[in-house]
Amino acid sequence: MSQFLPESVLTWLPDAIQIIYLVATAFFIRGIKLLGSPATARRGNQLASIGMLIGIVVTLFDYEVITFEWIIAGVVIGSLIGIIAAKRVAMTSMPEMVAIFNGFGGAASALVAWGELARTTDLVALDTAVLVTVGLSIFIGSVTFTGSFVAFGKLKGFISGNAITFPGLNYINIGSMIAVLGLVVVFTFDPTNTMIFWIILGVSLLIGITSVIPIGGADMPVVISLLNSYSGLAASLAGFALGNSLLIVSGALVGAAGLILTMIMCKAMNRSLFNVIFGTFGGYSGGAGGAGEGGDKTVRETSAEDLAIQIAYASKVVIVPGYGLAVAQAQHIVKEVASKLEAKGVQVKYGIHPVAGRMPGHMNVLLAEADVPYDLLYDLEQINPEFASTDVVLIIGANDVVNPMAKTSPGSPIYGMPILDVDEAKRTIVFKRSLSVGYAGIDNPLFYSERNQMFFGDAKKSLQALNEALNDV
Amino acid sequence: MSALIFSLFIFVLACFIGFELISKVPPTLHTPLMSGANAISGITIVGAIIVAGSGGGPMAEWIGFIAIVFATINVVGGFMVTDRMLEMFKKKGDDK
Repeated sequence: MSQFLPESVLTWLPDAIQIIYLVATAFFIRGIKLLGSPATARRGNQLASIGMLIGIVVTLFDYEVITFEWIIAGVVIGSLIGIIAAKRVAMTSMPEMVAIFNGFGGAASALVAWGELARTTDLVALDTAVLVTVGLSIFIGSVTFTGSFVAFGKLKGFISGNAITFPGLNYINIGSMIAVLGLVVVFTFDPTNTMIFWIILGVSLLIGITSVIPIGGADMPVVISLLNSYSGLAASLAGFALGNSLLIVSGALVGAAGLILTMIMCKAMNRSLFNVIFGTFGGYSGGAGGAGEGGDKTVRETSAEDLAIQIAYASKVVIVPGYGLAVAQAQHIVKEVASKLEAKGVQVKYGIHPVAGRMPGHMNVLLAEADVPYDLLYDLEQINPEFASTDVVLIIGANDVVNPMAKTSPGSPIYGMPILDVDEAKRTIVFKRSLSVGYAGIDNPLFYSERNQMFFGDAKKSLQALNEALNDV
Repeated sequence: MSALIFSLFIFVLACFIGFELISKVPPTLHTPLMSGANAISGITIVGAIIVAGSGGGPMAEWIGFIAIVFATINVVGGFMVTDRMLEMFKKKGDDK
């Protein structure tokens, strides 16, 4: 757009663009900071989007940008797809949504680096540093692209959620990564050799697939978070190639933030990053079922009327929601039950395990959708000390996250996972269809505890019955 | 100071800021934070605009065009869906 400006403006325009880039960066930093607290998060996201708008608009004035047909067409098409996707997606499908957007981001960065080569007429004259960063950006962007789509497929279920692997796959992946890095070096000496370029692109795309395929479906949130970090890094590298400081800084911010978030999520899911990437636990086949139907153990059952009386006369009730609750679309009815209890003077809190949803923080979003205030949602560390003084715990659609075997039985696959200490409460009620095992495929001794009662049936129907029974108490 | 060294300089400093900004975020916000950070990584749209608009020949224009479409989906969709999530986060007693 600079061609429409008078000569006198053009002399200081490049500097002005840089200064405005700095302003956009400040919006990003402030935005990410505000995203860190529930009270300010929405404003943080808005600030970041304003920063983005500033960055985009000012780039249109860059002296290099002289034609606009492609830009307008691209922005219009991309916006339409983005708006429709963002409006239509169900909150339960957030992990898939984040995965697929992430893949687009990675692909865009790889394409920017490729485009930088395509628009350069004399490749040999390009600076070595530019060529290295172009190569690396294509590598990381491509890995992010295909890796994210495999993660999407696993979450959606059209690629098996099981860990698909064979001995030596990790070594092949590491070997291919080293080979690509070697080829990037070769490429800097011989940038006109298109064969090397195509091999770098092709192998990078393959690495994205082969390095995510062996990771189990339950670990996808960590993988997406890590790939998000990569997509930031890819954007940053594209910024090196173009000499664009806004790209370098924003990409680095996202890269670093994504890495920290990955670490936090690993901790929440009780996995080390190394174990996620190279280990193979975490596929949920749900296969080893039937372990709970053993003979001599007895369970106590309860009914809607009985339970209504128990909770109506309690002083403190904690609700532990699991993903089964969201699958049954029962968040709203839980909220209704909770409101009735609060009207009777019962204190109601929600205890949220980090992996209660399909990704860390997911259950909080699903409950927020049902108008549950966020200050009633308690993290694992916050709620655990409270169970001892809790009268009734309602466990709805959750199983492994309340399994005491994580603390008591060192041989168990979930041993060491932080759990909600519901067994310390005076009474636990488990809403469940049957005595079948959870994702980890193991039995849950909580069900047979003297202080536990089972409320068998579909979570939503059970809650509706409970909600009606509460009217008569 | 060469351009590369300068770029490295701001890259490393930005990494440190990124680490500091995220290190103490409550688990409640992990999902929106991830999708918000994701949207910001769509900043690569700035590079895509330069590639698509600089008259670098049909090949560069096509690549740049596809890059803009992808990056715009990431940016627009990412910020909107994050806003949709955060809009629902209400404190007890807030107006519904």
